Amino acid sequence: MNSSIFGKFADDAVNFLFSHFRGGFDAFSAALGAVIKLLEDGLGAVPFIAMLVILMGLALWRRGVVFAVFVGAALYVINYMGLWAQTVSTLALVVAATFFSLVIGVPLGIWGARNRRVEVVLRSLLDFMQTMPAFVYLIPAVILFGLGRVPAVIATIVFAMPPVVRLTTLGIRQVREELLEAGRSFGSTDAQLLWKIQLPNALPSIMAGVNQTIMMALSMVVVASMIGAGGLGEYVLSGIQRLDIGIGFEGGLGVVLLAIILDRLTESFGVKSKKSKKKVISTPAKPAAAGSTAQT
Amino acid sequence: MIPNLTLAPNDVTNPISSQPGIASPTRTVAASQTEILTVKNLSKIFGAKPERAQALLKQGLGRNEIFAQTGNMVAVDDVSLAVNAGEIFVIMGLSGSGKSTLVRLLNRLIEPTSGQVILEGRDIAPMSTPELRAVRREKMAMVFQSFALLPNRSVIDNIAYGLEVAGRKKADRYDIARAALTRVGLASYEKLLPSELSGGMQQRVGLARALAVNPSVLLMDEAFSALDPLIRFEMQNELLRLQKEEQRTIVFISHDIEEAVKIGGRIGIMKDGRLIQVGTPAELIQSPADDYVRDFFRNVDVSRFLEASSLMTKVERGLIACSTSAPSERYLNSLIDSGAECGYVCDEAGRYQGCVTPASLHKSGKRPIADALLRDVAAVPLTADLHQLATIALGQEHDVPVTDEQGRLAGVVSCRTILKQVMERRAA
Repeated sequence: MNSSIFGKFADDAVNFLFSHFRGGFDAFSAALGAVIKLLEDGLGAVPFIAMLVILMGLALWRRGVVFAVFVGAALYVINYMGLWAQTVSTLALVVAATFFSLVIGVPLGIWGARNRRVEVVLRSLLDFMQTMPAFVYLIPAVILFGLGRVPAVIATIVFAMPPVVRLTTLGIRQVREELLEAGRSFGSTDAQLLWKIQLPNALPSIMAGVNQTIMMALSMVVVASMIGAGGLGEYVLSGIQRLDIGIGFEGGLGVVLLAIILDRLTESFGVKSKKSKKKVISTPAKPAAAGSTAQT
Repeated sequence: MIPNLTLAPNDVTNPISSQPGIASPTRTVAASQTEILTVKNLSKIFGAKPERAQALLKQGLGRNEIFAQTGNMVAVDDVSLAVNAGEIFVIMGLSGSGKSTLVRLLNRLIEPTSGQVILEGRDIAPMSTPELRAVRREKMAMVFQSFALLPNRSVIDNIAYGLEVAGRKKADRYDIARAALTRVGLASYEKLLPSELSGGMQQRVGLARALAVNPSVLLMDEAFSALDPLIRFEMQNELLRLQKEEQRTIVFISHDIEEAVKIGGRIGIMKDGRLIQVGTPAELIQSPADDYVRDFFRNVDVSRFLEASSLMTKVERGLIACSTSAPSERYLNSLIDSGAECGYVCDEAGRYQGCVTPASLHKSGKRPIADALLRDVAAVPLTADLHQLATIALGQEHDVPVTDEQGRLAGVVSCRTILKQVMERRAA
């Protein structure tokens, strides 16, 4: 099937990259592959029971007993289905993709917040990245990086990065103008404004972006199983190929449970720790020194 | 001697008005009137390409016409003023008069279109960013209407912010911040978050944050306007208390004339981006530049600012100059002949001694005139306000003598005048 001029352009572009920067891509691929391998081996080395305790502990700390019980049950179900190894592999890919999405996405978001023109360009680029069907990314990824985990993670990064960029920009833009004014009036440099005022106050929004990015990475990792990402996605894929409802459902259930755990945990870091209750002191204690003049 | 009708602007001798409990208008107390902050022909025109708007402004067009023609807003128009060290200079105006823009021009939160802002001899307007930053860190600090505390930082970290960005060591800045927090009376709240404090307390923190950097000039932009009336009142007193402890130079923006009159040593009144009059509260009340200024004081109790010097009349009849040991009788006939109700006795040096009536002279007979002086007639200084005059007039039957700084008789305020003024205040 012949494609039109747009298709040819995309084709030429990828071919050009492939033929001219092959060495670069190979090196990048190797580096990324090493990171993923390290993560997967690291997570894989943790015994199931230890992981169960760690995740339940996290759940207890961030959200409470009910969620901790849920996490325990979910992990038990996954293990019972015999999908623990696949789940760990998927988790490693999600963590790797999320990590790189944040490393690239947060600075891009900051840049967008500080420069209107950058934001306009970024916005159209992000719209494109988000609406392009996820499968499409698989093709150039395979051509440039071959089959396996590396192209899967790269396609995932492209697909999952937009939310954290957008929400970083939004969060920084939403910091109240008077706080910036106060910061400037005390002689802050631009970097001090960013680190001491803008980022801390944008943190809830950025964390919401991180949460979204993780969710999108998880959904993409399943799709990326088509180019050899492995993990739970591969299990689902084999269910599709064999038209085996049981296998497909079990793989899908594993993804859903992992998604719920990751979502609730990361979400809890976005809101302020719930133990700091708002108690407003409304009656100002009259300072002893001011007492004499304050009364008339 | 011609009574001095103009007020001495730096008059500090006001023994009666400094009664405890009465928040007396803080007059410029600074012994040396050194200008610390001078603003020269400062303008701000918002919008792109202000040159055309500037040209139109020179032709004498109003800000509305200029906005219609160019789309540029003249926010501050050719303002010049000088703030003395240690005074509270209030910039007063209705919303939209440009006062908030003006205060932001002083530390260049808003870039001036033209003009100079000279702080301690250095013009801030052309400074480079690092120089400006140094000025902001060391010389100027600002308190905001909306408090503008950083919600993610504890009270102590908010107060230490200015020191932190200036690169002070942690222990140092906490020491200084704690001292500042103690000064505003919140010593025990250092670990709380701003959201856990009431509005008044938040603004105390805002004030402490500004005081912590020990600025030469403190800028306060409607600092108390967002507070409840009672808390606002308390904060004003707090500011006056702090001001008594350490004479800081403060530029205070306000739209509330009562606040301006209460805390301001001098007040500059702004209208449509222009500074239309600068003066002490008394000067503004007694000789307002126009109806706009007059209108501001319409609903304000100005009795504190109506002073004896502006209400008194010169004594033309019944002046008796003699030694206090002269016999009383000698002056009886001349006093009766003058037709005056009272005689005012001054000694050879011209110092006012007291007041006599024909009856008291007659009664005293051959004894010295000092004996004939009425005990119940007290003299007041030139700066006595209407309230004090009325209080004294109530306790006696005669006009109230006014003496100047040298103790000479400057004039008298008749009971009729006092009554009339009191009635007028009531009517207003």
